[in-house]
Amino acid sequence: MAAPTAAVRGARAPARTAGHRWHRLDRTVSPYLYLSPFFVVFGVFGLFPMLYTGYVSFTAWRADRPGSEGQWVGFENYRKLLDDPFFWNAVKNTLGIGVLATLPQLLLALGLAHLLNYRMRGRTLMRLGVLLPNVTSVAAVTLIFVQLFGRDFGMVNWFLSLFGVDHVDWQAGTLSSWSAIAAIVTWRWTGYNALLYLAAMQSVPFELYEAAALDGASRWRQFRSITIPMLRPTILFTVIVSTIGALQLFGEPMLFSQQQDPTTGGSQHQFQTLALYSYNQFWGRFKYGYGAAISWAMFLLIVLVAVVNFLAARRMRGAE
Amino acid sequence: MTTPALLRRRRPRSTRQLTAGRGVYVVLGAAVLLSLFPLYWTLVAASRTNTEIHRMPPVLLPGGRLWHNVTQVFAQTDLRLAMVNSLIVATTVTASVVLTSTLGGFAFAKLRFRGRNTLLASVVATMMVPTQLGIIPLYIMMANWFHWADHLQALIVPAAANAFGLFFMRQYLIGAVPDELLDAGRMDGCSTRGLVWHVVLPAARPAMSVLGMLTFMAAWNDFYWPKVVMTQQNPTVQLTLSELASGYIKDYSLVLTGALVASAPVLVAFLLMGRQIIDGIMQGATKG
Repeated sequence: MAAPTAAVRGARAPARTAGHRWHRLDRTVSPYLYLSPFFVVFGVFGLFPMLYTGYVSFTAWRADRPGSEGQWVGFENYRKLLDDPFFWNAVKNTLGIGVLATLPQLLLALGLAHLLNYRMRGRTLMRLGVLLPNVTSVAAVTLIFVQLFGRDFGMVNWFLSLFGVDHVDWQAGTLSSWSAIAAIVTWRWTGYNALLYLAAMQSVPFELYEAAALDGASRWRQFRSITIPMLRPTILFTVIVSTIGALQLFGEPMLFSQQQDPTTGGSQHQFQTLALYSYNQFWGRFKYGYGAAISWAMFLLIVLVAVVNFLAARRMRGAE
Repeated sequence: MTTPALLRRRRPRSTRQLTAGRGVYVVLGAAVLLSLFPLYWTLVAASRTNTEIHRMPPVLLPGGRLWHNVTQVFAQTDLRLAMVNSLIVATTVTASVVLTSTLGGFAFAKLRFRGRNTLLASVVATMMVPTQLGIIPLYIMMANWFHWADHLQALIVPAAANAFGLFFMRQYLIGAVPDELLDAGRMDGCSTRGLVWHVVLPAARPAMSVLGMLTFMAAWNDFYWPKVVMTQQNPTVQLTLSELASGYIKDYSLVLTGALVASAPVLVAFLLMGRQIIDGIMQGATKG
């Protein structure tokens, strides 16, 4: 292309060639230039720390013991982890809260999305309403709920007392604290996930419903046999993302705690999640190596649960 | 041209499935009420005394002490410094994320270069990696290597670009910038920078403002990383809020006033831009 042009405008040929070369350089280099900020930031502050976590987890590094940072101990930290009752307690809490915080939430979101999909007045206001909890910060939301879940003067217990339920000490019990934390997460995220489902529902071809209605399928049947299968990619996405989020819960259990040391996750460690335990070991006890091992264990757990969820969600398709 | 639009508009109306009955309104109304109530209660509590909010049955209307409580919170905590800090961090991060995401998103959406698909896949993959995995070394880097611990740049620099923003802008720009326009620009001898300036930025504006809003909220609301790397000497709003609640005897009217003040900027932003944010979230969902 460029050669004939340059020949025609012979007088300006050298300038054109230089311009052409610059033009080509511009086209080759610009894409990488535009992408470089992300890859530099991610490389330095994302990828490198992750790999470095792996290294640190094989050392006996403790911040309160100078010179311990290079002390290679192999799998010692991981071996200790397997014998650590607090670690297994944190695994149990993380999984328990994780299930309570995601499963009802996503089901609620699905139902909510179905309702939001109706033609109605004030639909924008309804959507704004259900999304509002999501823009409030974890810290603010948790503190608000701590007050609402107060043992003696909380509104939740007042409400339950109308049905004859005595003052529940939400922080004290295992199941009660798990449920309260799950309620905080659910309140904050249900509307957001409902909007994702709603978006997917709106892209389902309408003819499918018309055909099903002609065949005499009930609404419930249509929901189960058309909506759910068509939403599967979105469901899969939300399941994975919610799982990753729920297994990393930190701010909610920390601020929910009323103990002197909020990283213990309650008087009996009944809601100490893995993230909280890792923070407790690394920040409170200066055990960098051990804290890093907990981080990696948490990562492996997240991958494991995500894969199991993924396979389960895929299998659902096979069942239908 | 008008027929498809007409059809699209008429179809939902013609079927019973998409018209809401009374039951739908009732259930949705209850859901919205449940979503709003904790925030409304925060307003009630923030405008009353600690004794008043602990009455049984609970009081449900706002009182007259909001201003008093707000001045109290500012007097008892470092909230003023924290607000300034959070504002600096959130605006800087937002500006940086919007700029880098728009440029990078444009590259992924419209430019041809070697390794594009691999790089894009790696960006998507990084969205799935839990952030907490690298938190200990990140702290070590900030504290021991850069000496940034307790400085605002420790919050700004690691957040200066992210995968979500990049992907979000790519999804938007694929459809928003016509290839013909870019080709025409190239024919006229426009450089890539020229294309960005004259074609991409004007077209990207709606998505940029949504991304900006989402980024600002996330940066303003962040708790975990500030908790690790900052101290109460140089706090963000969320840290001051958590400190306010950590006393042994809590004045809940003040704690909830703090929660209200800390949430006010994002709530106002949400009221102003909620519609666009909802559109942004929903568009991201279908294209993703």
